[in-house]
Amino acid sequence: MHETSISREPSISCLEGLGLPGGQFSDENLGKSYSTLAERKASYSKIIPSLEEAVTLSGLRDGMTVSFHHHFRNGDYIVNLVMDKLAEMGFKNLTLAASSLSDCHAPLIRHIQSGVIRRIETSGLRGSLADAISNGLMETPVVFRSHGGRARAIESGELPIDVAFLGAPSCDPYGNANGYSRDVDGGVMCGSMGYAKCDAQHAARTIILTNHIVQYPNAPFGIPSTDVDYIVEVPNIGDPAGIMSGATRFTKNPKELTIAESAANVIAASGVFEDGFSIQMGSGGASLAVARFLREKMLAKGITASFALGGITGSIVDLHEEGLVKKILDVQSFDLRAAESLKNNRFHQQISASYYASPADPGCAVNLLDAVVLSALEVDTNFDVNVLTGSDGVIRGAIGGHPDTAYGAALAIVVCPLVRGRIPCVVEKVNTVVTPGKTVDVIVTDYGIAVNPRRYKLRRRLMDAGIAVSTIEELQQKAQRIVGIPAPIAYRDTVVGVVTYRDGSVMDLIRQVRD
Amino acid sequence: MKVLKAAVSGTMESSDIMVTVAPNEGGGLAIDLNSTVEKQFGAAIRAAIAETLEQLGIRDARVTAVDKGALDCVIRARVKASAFRACEREDYVWEVRT
Amino acid sequence: MKRLRRTMLFVPGNNPGMIKDAGIYAQDAIMFDLEDSVSLAEKDAARFLVYEALMTMDYGDKELVVRINDPSARGGREDLEAIVRTRRAVIRLPKTETAEDVLLCEKEIARIEGECGIEEGSTPMMAAIESAAGVLNAREIAFSSKRLTGIALGAEDYVTDLKTNRSPGGIELLFGRSMILLAARAAGIDAIDTVYSDVNNEEGFRAEVELIHQLGFDGKSIINPRQIKTVHEIYTPSEKEIAKAQAVMEAIEEARRKGSGVISLNGKMVDRPIVLRAQRVLALARAAGVLREEAENDA
Repeated sequence: MHETSISREPSISCLEGLGLPGGQFSDENLGKSYSTLAERKASYSKIIPSLEEAVTLSGLRDGMTVSFHHHFRNGDYIVNLVMDKLAEMGFKNLTLAASSLSDCHAPLIRHIQSGVIRRIETSGLRGSLADAISNGLMETPVVFRSHGGRARAIESGELPIDVAFLGAPSCDPYGNANGYSRDVDGGVMCGSMGYAKCDAQHAARTIILTNHIVQYPNAPFGIPSTDVDYIVEVPNIGDPAGIMSGATRFTKNPKELTIAESAANVIAASGVFEDGFSIQMGSGGASLAVARFLREKMLAKGITASFALGGITGSIVDLHEEGLVKKILDVQSFDLRAAESLKNNRFHQQISASYYASPADPGCAVNLLDAVVLSALEVDTNFDVNVLTGSDGVIRGAIGGHPDTAYGAALAIVVCPLVRGRIPCVVEKVNTVVTPGKTVDVIVTDYGIAVNPRRYKLRRRLMDAGIAVSTIEELQQKAQRIVGIPAPIAYRDTVVGVVTYRDGSVMDLIRQVRD
Repeated sequence: MKVLKAAVSGTMESSDIMVTVAPNEGGGLAIDLNSTVEKQFGAAIRAAIAETLEQLGIRDARVTAVDKGALDCVIRARVKASAFRACEREDYVWEVRT
Repeated sequence: MKRLRRTMLFVPGNNPGMIKDAGIYAQDAIMFDLEDSVSLAEKDAARFLVYEALMTMDYGDKELVVRINDPSARGGREDLEAIVRTRRAVIRLPKTETAEDVLLCEKEIARIEGECGIEEGSTPMMAAIESAAGVLNAREIAFSSKRLTGIALGAEDYVTDLKTNRSPGGIELLFGRSMILLAARAAGIDAIDTVYSDVNNEEGFRAEVELIHQLGFDGKSIINPRQIKTVHEIYTPSEKEIAKAQAVMEAIEEARRKGSGVISLNGKMVDRPIVLRAQRVLALARAAGVLREEAENDA
């Protein structure tokens, strides 16, 4: 009856192309099941018996792009496990797009040599893989992207992902995955899955690898089942010791404490330190310790922060639980204390890399930052910052969210010692520009503070508060007096890395080192 | 001064340099340096070692140095300490700062 | 203006890393140690290291002090030969028991100054008192040489000599501290308190600094840069003290303008002790950064 009456109405033009009648609710197509949840769980899930079968189902072909997240840091087993399997299955010319890579990924060297991997996209490289690439291992240069830049590239289609292989500490049979589990305490944990979220959402196919299948629904979840195609159970996803330490300890190093206290003084005097301010602090010794000094100042002034952003550590959690930081936006949990807080604290929110820092969204979280405290390997007299290559020119770091937060925050503070051992950290020209000096406001070292000349009012404000301010040139000269002038690094012409800015434009090139 | 025996000073701590001065009768100066900052400062460190020994009038010595980013003043101090121990002498002539 | 000696940071003389970084903190003085923190086998190496550092390193305007070994022995005399020639450091004499100890050291210094053409008397000294005999002779020690800028208590050896140990309240040190303080004040030089070795006990440290501040000490020897902030906080005058001191200085200025010999403030006569106290308060306030020139002009 119903069908006939609809088809007899020619005047409803919008019905064209809607494919009625005889859709899924027609008698012959009706797929409705009367089985119970328990029965359905037994008969259907996205769990695939082996990784090989899941890869085959995903339709992966030579020359495609596979992606990974770096939430397991230096304890990650997933990248090596998957690439070994893809090599065994005979894949060639793949692009490996990881949110970052660590020391533990040295086995990738042989997959590059054998042609399994042709191209790499990452935020950073360390250890022997980084050494090999700096010495000319790859024909195609590595493309380095910031966390925000990578999210933008994935979303815009500039970096299309064919298959995402995402390790997860917990996942239900339908793909709701997370960096912890509500069901059990302990086990492998990584907290936030922020960098994996974009990949799961935008990859053509998403495969979750987990050591821990839990009951449906694995809520709250970091990655929803709607973004997941296949699930593979593996015995181990990572080494807990390499994934995160119990709690990142406050440094007792007096030099780092001196730098941290100066940075806190700068924040307090800068004009952003008002009730409801927002802040991000890195995980380096000095930037982490800033939290301790800010706490004293917040208590003294009687103010609280509206939110803390970014890679989250236990020291931020302490401030949150004390009521000094109202909310936490967590793209990456740096320690177990942070991961447990994400699990237990209601206003500790997991966010994606895109939400965190994508330049395509003017309302991304970094753009709402008052202050960020960042570490650096080197800073130069243009305030340009290098967090990627060592003083010997070899790749040994990661861009991370450095350029994203420096751009977004009203006050971007870079903390670093003036010299490390005999290596100057304030130099005339950095080896590699990662974060442009235009976006860096203050440099804080153990020997003094310099303010970007663009921020002359800020400089005045700091001086009015009794903070001694040097010029960046004075700091550079001071470093040179202490350690002398290093011999210039010898490079070949070959480009081994391309450093991109958040919008995908080329920031700098990394060349092969000459031994 | 003449090097009579092998002698060492300094440690393997960061910012220090461990310098061993040993006899090298008639063999001139041989410096074997292992430094964490070889690329940037290797030449400067060798020059500082050679210059310091020359000032002390030591022509023949085999020097083995393990450097952990020591500044020039530390390098000079360690070379002098090792050299005087190696020459079994204590008559250092201290200069006046001008 | 008289030098402030609120904090004197101990730096082991054979540690290049610490010697390199010693200048970056806010302490008033750096004391390079050639004595107890250096093992017998490394005395020569430490002497070379501290000497080379003093010849080249930039420590800004901090006061530099070197604790030498017993100058009646060969090692201590060699320390003097090296350090006096740097023309940059105060010589700290350890384990001073009598005025003669100071005089012997002074004689050596004067000889070296003469030999290398340095102005005689240009090398300052300070003496550490670390025994019962030293405490009882504190007055003679304090008056023994014009080179002395201060005397300091070394409590570790002192309490052992007393056959006791250090307690949280420090009652065992009360006589020694008082004696050293009185001797220093009578001689018009500084009194520096001993170290507090439990770096992690911030409360205990704060209590001890409050005590020695109240006793009248000019400052304290410290073993970790983390201790600097607490000492400087306690030695920073309150706003009220600063305002009062500024009023005193105003009154002096006022009297000078009027050509009046008598200075009065709020109807009360301002005498010498009040002026001295006000000057000291302002010096401490300036050093702590709580008093800047604008603020002074406003007052």
